[in-house]
Amino acid sequence: MTKEIIKIENLKRAFTMGSETVHALKGINFTINEGEFVTIMGSSGSGKSTMLNILGCLDQPTSGNYEIDQVKVKNLSRNQLATIRNEKIGFIFQSYNLLARTSAIENVELPLLYNSKVSTEERRERAINALKMVGLADRLDHTPSQLSGGQQQRVAIARSLVNNPVMILADEATGNLDTRTSYEIMALFQELNKKGITITFVTHEPDIATFSNRTIVLKDGNIIQDYKNNKVLSAAQELAKLPQQDH
Amino acid sequence: MRLLNLFKIAFKAIILNKTRTLLTMLGIIIGVASVIAMLAIGEGSKESIRSTISSMGSNMITIRPGTDTRGPARGSGGDVQTLTLKNYEVIKEQANLLSYSTPVVNGSGQVINGSNNWPSTIYGVNPEYLNIKVVDLQSGSMFTNAEVKSAAKVALIGQTVVDNVFPDGQEPVGKMIRFNNIPFKVIGVLEEKGENTFGQDQDDVVIAPYTTVQKRILAIDYLNQIMASAVSEDDAPEAVTQVTEILRTQHKLQDYEDDDFSVRSMEELISTFSSTSEMLTLLLVAVASISLLIGGIGIMNIMYVSVKERTKEIGLRMAVGGKGSDILMQFLIEAILISITGGLLGVILGLGATIFIEKFLNWPTSVALYSIVISFAVCAVTGIFFGWYPARKASSLDPITALRYE
Repeated sequence: MTKEIIKIENLKRAFTMGSETVHALKGINFTINEGEFVTIMGSSGSGKSTMLNILGCLDQPTSGNYEIDQVKVKNLSRNQLATIRNEKIGFIFQSYNLLARTSAIENVELPLLYNSKVSTEERRERAINALKMVGLADRLDHTPSQLSGGQQQRVAIARSLVNNPVMILADEATGNLDTRTSYEIMALFQELNKKGITITFVTHEPDIATFSNRTIVLKDGNIIQDYKNNKVLSAAQELAKLPQQDH
Repeated sequence: MRLLNLFKIAFKAIILNKTRTLLTMLGIIIGVASVIAMLAIGEGSKESIRSTISSMGSNMITIRPGTDTRGPARGSGGDVQTLTLKNYEVIKEQANLLSYSTPVVNGSGQVINGSNNWPSTIYGVNPEYLNIKVVDLQSGSMFTNAEVKSAAKVALIGQTVVDNVFPDGQEPVGKMIRFNNIPFKVIGVLEEKGENTFGQDQDDVVIAPYTTVQKRILAIDYLNQIMASAVSEDDAPEAVTQVTEILRTQHKLQDYEDDDFSVRSMEELISTFSSTSEMLTLLLVAVASISLLIGGIGIMNIMYVSVKERTKEIGLRMAVGGKGSDILMQFLIEAILISITGGLLGVILGLGATIFIEKFLNWPTSVALYSIVISFAVCAVTGIFFGWYPARKASSLDPITALRYE
């Protein structure tokens, strides 16, 4: 039996804006199993960001049930949520969010600094391994300003991997990159997914969805589509089809 | 482990903003340095006052008649005739905490030697006077008790008097001088003492047996004062009480009556003058403390800006698992590190300034250990106090808003 990483039942989230109540999510149900590569799509205002915040344990649902790795998130305190984020989730952001003037390795070490179970030596070792996995073994001491956008996003991916999360949560992770670099990053994601890492990718770009094996489409706070992708494209092959760049 | 990590993070943030951190520290550095320097100057002047007064005889006790409160008109202390030789003798006999004592009568007049003359003051005392005032003789010898008894016309003179009435460098000992037309034989010259703290020339004196001065110059039978010295400096306050008791009995004062005399020890004089300089020190320290306070506000300001500037970073730290308390500690540690480092540099600068003042301005200084401890402790507390508000603000940020902050 496959393990359920995410289990969402009748999840609702409402915001009170003055006297008005905005229902951002109106009763969502889905589960994500271990090893899946899911894209959550939707235009702006669809409840995509709200979904992302809840999935990332940055926000709490108004009602309904959310479990990550068999842990019920509802009613957890701020500090307990922080621990869940630290141990179970790897975040990747559109704008990389690396610490400026801080080396790649120190950026990758960051989540482990907040985990007192990890020793200094282990922290360094795991950071180096994570950077090797994203192909930046020779860039350990480079600061973000010395790295290209794609390399910076790779550092961010390494950072999301370093705590061995149950799921990587990417928010428009290719949004700031050109097509070629986007495909490179997607190829990396596919490679990581093949190794068994569960990935949830929030995006509004349809072509990104073609690289994942499942797509959930949100509209006005409801799921309008949830389908398996039978014909997953290989990002590495698509990359090869792109016209060669002149150097 | 966790605290050590937070310490590393805070340290890293400080290193990344060297210039800004240094400028922030400047307030604290100047504050601490000036507190230390001001206290050193204050302590120094207090000590110098103490040592000058001590050189005048720190065990010294003076007994003066008080103002006459019985009549409608009040005279000055010296005019009252309540202090008698009898009082002196009883004090000498009964006050066992006194090692030396002498009756004192004094008057002013003209010292004449041939065509030279000089206005001076004559002090009628007994031989113990030298021990009380801690004066040595430059030449000659002190008069004896026998000479006191016989009211001999012998005198010792101070250097200022020598300079003015023996201008051509003659040896004064053995010569005759006249004081208010009474001839005295000079039997000794007092060692030079210079001016005292209050600008009084201590060498402008003529010393003679009190009997002689009483009978031949002033024609009085009472005393202007009694001088004594306590067995030791520590016994001085006790000796004052003892003398007061004896004199009250002697003067047959009832319990409800005030003393008609005053007994003062040098110790009291020291504390009077010390309290003035303490006031001044306090004032200086108050001003310096304000600069320390402003330094603290500087830290708060910079930390506040830093929190704003690093909102996104704070959001990220929270997203990857930093708890509110971690963020709070990070910024608090940063503020404390800034203030403690500033404090340390301030101590060094303060000590340097003190040495400079001592060496180049020739002001007496004395660095008290407590001033270093206090100012250092104050700046650590300042760091916590002023770092708390911005750190608190950082820790209470909502991670979602913080991550989206541009």
